[in-house]
This record gives sequence, C-alpha cells and structure tokens, in this order.
Amino acid sequence: MSQATPAIHVDDLRKRFRTTQALDGVSLDIQPGEFFGLLGPNGAGKTTLISILAGLTRADAGQATIMGHDVVRDYRQARRALGVVPQELVYDPFFNVRETLRIQSGYFGLKHNDGWIDEIMHHLDLAQHAGKNTQNLSGGMKRRLLVAQALVHKPPVIVLDEPTAGVDVDLRRSLWEFISRLNREGHTILLTTHYLEEAEALCGRIAMLKSGRVVACDTTRNLLQLTNEHCAQLRLDRNDVPVAWQDRLLRDAEGGWRINFSEYLELETLLADLRVTGVRVTEMHLQEPDLEDVFTDIMKRT
Amino acid sequence: MSGFSALFYKELLRFWKVVVQTVVAPVVTALLYLLIFSHVLEAHVEVYPGVSYTSFLVPGLVMMSMLQNAFSNSSSSLIQSKMQGNIVFVLLPPLSYLEFFLAYLGAAILRGLIVGLGVWAVTLWYAPFQLPHPVWLLAYALLACAIMAAVGIVAGIWAEKYDQLAAFQNFLILPLTFLSGVFYSIHSLPPFWQAVSRVNPVFYLIDGFRYAFVGQSDTDPGLGLLVAGACFVAISALTLMLLKSGYKLRH
Repeated sequence: MSQATPAIHVDDLRKRFRTTQALDGVSLDIQPGEFFGLLGPNGAGKTTLISILAGLTRADAGQATIMGHDVVRDYRQARRALGVVPQELVYDPFFNVRETLRIQSGYFGLKHNDGWIDEIMHHLDLAQHAGKNTQNLSGGMKRRLLVAQALVHKPPVIVLDEPTAGVDVDLRRSLWEFISRLNREGHTILLTTHYLEEAEALCGRIAMLKSGRVVACDTTRNLLQLTNEHCAQLRLDRNDVPVAWQDRLLRDAEGGWRINFSEYLELETLLADLRVTGVRVTEMHLQEPDLEDVFTDIMKRT
Repeated sequence: MSGFSALFYKELLRFWKVVVQTVVAPVVTALLYLLIFSHVLEAHVEVYPGVSYTSFLVPGLVMMSMLQNAFSNSSSSLIQSKMQGNIVFVLLPPLSYLEFFLAYLGAAILRGLIVGLGVWAVTLWYAPFQLPHPVWLLAYALLACAIMAAVGIVAGIWAEKYDQLAAFQNFLILPLTFLSGVFYSIHSLPPFWQAVSRVNPVFYLIDGFRYAFVGQSDTDPGLGLLVAGACFVAISALTLMLLKSGYKLRH
C-alpha cells in the first residue's frame, strides 16, 4: 500500500447514542483512487461512520481525516474534499433542479459553476428536467439530483450511502457506470450497500462492520477466497446413487440432488462413479461462492 | 464569505417564492386589525393628547407584523428543512456557524422589514404620514427584526416537530407581542400589569418605535434602545453558542 496521504483515514473512532454503542473503535485507511465498500447489517454503524466523516455527527473519541484534513479541526478543507450522497431521499421543494445545484455550488464558494453543473446534469440525464421543481421529480430523478448535488464542488472523495436502495434497474446501471467513470478518473469512492453483488462487482476492497466494529477488511478477491464452498445441483435419470456417495448427496425439494464440495476433484470423482454405476446426469448447475456467502459466514462467526 | 451569500440568497428566494403567504398575507391581517380597532375605538380613545387612535395604532401594528414575520422566517425555514431532511444540504458544505447565523438572520430581518414597509404603506390611507424621528425608526426596526430573527433560529433548531414550534409561537411570541402595548398604552393598565409589561422586552420595541412616529412614548426611547440592544446581544450569543456546539443539528 502506498505511503501517500489516505483519502479517508479513521482511527479508533467511537460513538455512543444513549444505550447503543454505534461505533466501538473503528479504524480504516482508504487510499486515493480506491473503490471501497462498507458492508454490514442494519445498525452496524455504517451510517454513523459516514455521518462522522461528513461532520453531521461528532465522535466521542478517535480521529477522522479526509485527504489529510481533520473533519472537526479543519472542517472547511475536509468538507471541500468530500461529496456525500445521503441515504434518505431528501430535496428542497422550494427550488427547481438548476436552482438547487447553483445554490449548492454557492455553499462551497463557487459562483460561476454553470459549465460543470450542465455537465453533471447531462451525465445524470437531468438536463431535460433542469427547470422542474424538485418535488415533481420521480424518486429516481430525486436520487440523481442528490448525486449531482454531491458532485457540484468536484470532490476528490465521494461517499454514497446506499444509493441504489429502491432504485430501478436502468437507473442503477447508469448510476454505476457514472460512478465507475468518476473512479477511473481518480475519485475515491466509499460505498455502503445492501446489494452484495453490487459491492462484489464494483469494490476493490471491502470492510465489514458488525455492532460498531470492523470484523473483516480485505480486497474483494481475498474475501471471496475465504470460503471455498462450491455447490452443484444435479438431476439424474435414475435415483439409485452409488453407496459411497449416499451420505454426501442431499435430496433437494424438486427431486434433484445437491452436493457441497471444496475441491473440483470431488465433483469429478462423483461424476466418474455415477458413470460406472450407469446413472446418467440429465442436468447440472454449479454455484460459485459469492460475497453473500462470505458475508453471512463472517457475520455468523464473529 | 461567499458561502454566506449563497445561503442568504437561498433564504431570500425561499420566502420570495411564496410571497403571497409570507408578505401579502401579514399585510392584509394588519390591515384588518387596523380597520376593526380604529373603527371601534377611534371616537372613544385618545392615548396621547393630540394623537388619534389610528395614528397611535399604526406603529404598533407595523412593529407587531415585523416581529412576527422575522420570527416566522428563520424558524419555519429551519423546521421545514429539518422535517424534510434537506438541512443536510447546508450542514455538508464548509459553512461556518457564523455564516449560518448571519444568513438566516439577514434573510429574516429583510422579510420583517419588507412586511413592515408593506403594512405601513397600506395604513397611509387611514393615518396621515408623519415621521418626526426617522433614525429612531430605523434603529428600532432593525433591532426588533434582528432579535426575533435570532429567537426564530433558536426555536427552529430546538423544535423537533411542527407542533413544538407552534407552541413556541402561540405561548411565547404571540402573548409577548400582543401584551406589549400594540393596542393600548401601558399607563392605562393597573400597576401590576404595568410592572409585568416593563419586563417584556417587546414592550420597549413597540414603545420606542411608536416614539419615532408620534413623538410620544410611555418610557424613554433611549432606555428602550438600550434594552433592545442588550436583548439582541444576549440572544445572539445564545444562538451562536448553540450553533457552535452543533446543538440538535450535529449529533
């Protein structure tokens, strides 16, 4: 890992809300240019962590910096470096899309930002709605506007808190294309999501939170290798399986068979034995381990 | 301070987009008060010698409208943003608590002044134009709006629901403005209620403001200005302290 200033640096962050310990000593370093995933069940502390980075919540202890700027002490530089897409679908019903983006630019001290505003509106398919009052936008359009608002000041670090919750397939795809492009152009992305397949496809590294603690943090590739539970589903023309396999093969609800294995050699041996017995395989599906398996596994174990 | 100017502009645009509700409506309400009270009392009441009741009432109504609207502007903007959740739009950018304070304060003062000017303009049909002390008028108008704008910020930050803000408005702001000599001179009150009125800062605002119009007042307008100035300093200090600590905004 490079020695450059981390895009996001979090050190032993703690936060308590009345009776719940939302964050219980979280430390993380996210390097510039990373696409980083933050996963965890509801109440794990993801949003609390993001809120502390954004200055919406104050930590009880610990430190957080954005591009080297302390989020409390140097809050101006820290917030200038950070764009946050909040989880809630919020909007200000007094203004239209362009006004919203102009005002948001103004908060960051940017007076003549229309060139960039037009560009983001274009990429997010908002251009044809520029004059529309925000309360007349569909849910998907409101989500796009939130993304646009987070980008008005071209922040090097972008945080997306469950940006695709309740969003249709089209928007999800175009949103990810746009975010991936920003990442390729050098922006650091921190993403929380409940869609594990999204995280698996997009994130280079992933941290998993549980009850305010980091229970796993590694590259997506390494995390996927934590589990080697493959699964094959078979349909056979006759149901008299070889005696040696009767313990391993499980009946599934549709009258087929299932086998869990860790080495492909096991599957090969099974197929060879079936052939010797004269049982023909009529259908076979292979299930590769995915992030969901790893996630479930880690959440259970810790 | 350009973050400030954006927030100030946003606050102005917000109330200007609903100008019928935020400016026209309070002017009409004040006009109704004027018509009813001056119709009933004009012939019977002369508070100060040589000053008609309508001339007495106008400055009180102008001031009352300014106070209520300055309060309304900052408090309702904040509570709406909090309820909608769009308060994050101003919490995420690098705005300092001082910029935050000045922007909400400035916009609320401006709305108070616009409404005050509107009320005064429509009353010119009913009471002759007179303004012996324009500097007093300006000082009182500005201070009064500023005090209520700051109180509105505190109320907007403190209230978590609309009904809490309504309670603040109905049980604190409304009695303070109504029981402050808008419609009468406190000298007509029994001694106990006179003493109570003298600890109501709004009384000094209305009394001093009226002095600017009719040249007569219940107390020394200089003392009133001192009271108003002290109130503004105190409430501003409180507001800035709350904003700096992040009270109810940054948890």
